[in-house]
Amino acid sequence: MLTKLYDWVDERLDITPMWRDLADHEVPEHVNPAYHFSAFVYCFGGLTFFTIVIQILSGMFLTMYYVPDINNAWDSVFYLQNKVAYGQIVRGMHHWGASLTIVMVFLHTLRVFFTGAYKKPRELNWIVGVLLFFIILGLGFTGYLLPWDMKALFATKVGLQIAASVPFIGNWIEVLLQGSDIVGAQTLARFFAIHVFFLPAALLGLLAAHFIMIRKQGISGPL
Amino acid sequence: MHRGKGMTFVGDSRIPKRGKFIPPKDYSEYPGKTEAFLPNFLLKEWMVGAVFLIGFLVLTVSEASPLEAEADPTKAGYIPLPDWYFLFLYQLLKYPYAAGDYKVIGIVILPGLAMIALLIAPWLDRGPERRAARRPIATGLMLLSLISIIYLTWESSVSHDWAKSEEQGKIVKKVDIDKSSEGYKIYSSQSCVNCHGENLEGKVGPALVGKNIPAQLVEKVAVNGIPPKMPPNAFKGSDKDLKTLAKFIEKVSKK
Repeated sequence: MLTKLYDWVDERLDITPMWRDLADHEVPEHVNPAYHFSAFVYCFGGLTFFTIVIQILSGMFLTMYYVPDINNAWDSVFYLQNKVAYGQIVRGMHHWGASLTIVMVFLHTLRVFFTGAYKKPRELNWIVGVLLFFIILGLGFTGYLLPWDMKALFATKVGLQIAASVPFIGNWIEVLLQGSDIVGAQTLARFFAIHVFFLPAALLGLLAAHFIMIRKQGISGPL
Repeated sequence: MHRGKGMTFVGDSRIPKRGKFIPPKDYSEYPGKTEAFLPNFLLKEWMVGAVFLIGFLVLTVSEASPLEAEADPTKAGYIPLPDWYFLFLYQLLKYPYAAGDYKVIGIVILPGLAMIALLIAPWLDRGPERRAARRPIATGLMLLSLISIIYLTWESSVSHDWAKSEEQGKIVKKVDIDKSSEGYKIYSSQSCVNCHGENLEGKVGPALVGKNIPAQLVEKVAVNGIPPKMPPNAFKGSDKDLKTLAKFIEKVSKK
């Protein structure tokens, strides 16, 4: 039955090469911790992706309760945290997962740097990776405001003041992010939009580029 | 042209003709035990991932993610603190050569240089050598940045008053206060109300509700103050009024 279904699709779309390409590429010995335990450093990239998947899934569940406006934002988070069954786990996965993602992406960057894997021909993938790092930091900054508690508000105020004191374009950045004269309703709406739509879209696009380039070039050889 | 199972496209098929499926290049140039990604390697990876996920779930269950009181822009005394991974940047702005007149250095120049250097690292470090020990400049600069980040984060966390900010951020339960009572009238006619808030919820000064403050302490503090914020002789009135006020605050501050 399944074979017939597969054949039916394959006859029309020729899908075999696509998934064989994914499945058949070989994992070289020097990155396989099963053979050399120290090769666990090569797992940091995969773990970063895993934590990003956790962030996306838990974030999707958070939006089922979260209300992005200043009257209800805090109350909705409080309700999710204290009243909803397993709400603490959903929020906990997103909150702690954010820190975990930063840690993993940092370790992955250091691994690539210290093994010199960013050298020719992988310069472009390094650039995409650094951009991914910046986007993840941006996700951290915008996500910090969303619970709309004391530390969120005041940390964001300071962050925007710092951004505003950049010469020439500072005020422009501040208006763009803040949306009004104060950190308030507009700011929360903008940070929500940036955190949930703009940055994740950029993140997914760059991740696709990151992975396509890895498949094209393979993992860098042993040192 | 034939691909897939008996595949034929008729007429104006725009699928380009290409050679047979080219299997990905194998790693035989690296002698050793290579293995296929699917299912061999992925299965092991999956098992490690499962263990990782369980550890992570245990963390989320045992340690509730923090939530402070709802944002209140009027409480300007709050000590702000960014999330831990921005602490080093925040700390940098506290040094005199990167703040005030020189804040361009702390805000734009140093972080900007670091970001650009990271982005164009492949062109700054062009040699063919990959081992960290054999490209001492690149390795040295990265280690220096690492140590600076760790040091700045550490400095920032030890100079932050954690107890005070926890106090400031605590979720205070709304307490019903009898505003027509004798005690509240004294409270609101004195200077107390300006700093501790109309509902004793705290403003510039700390909240008084939910603290279990004994009456004797109220009498002492109202007269002697607590340096540096709470001034001495804040209370101006008769001893009788002071006693009434102290009793009132003892009552409403009960948990």
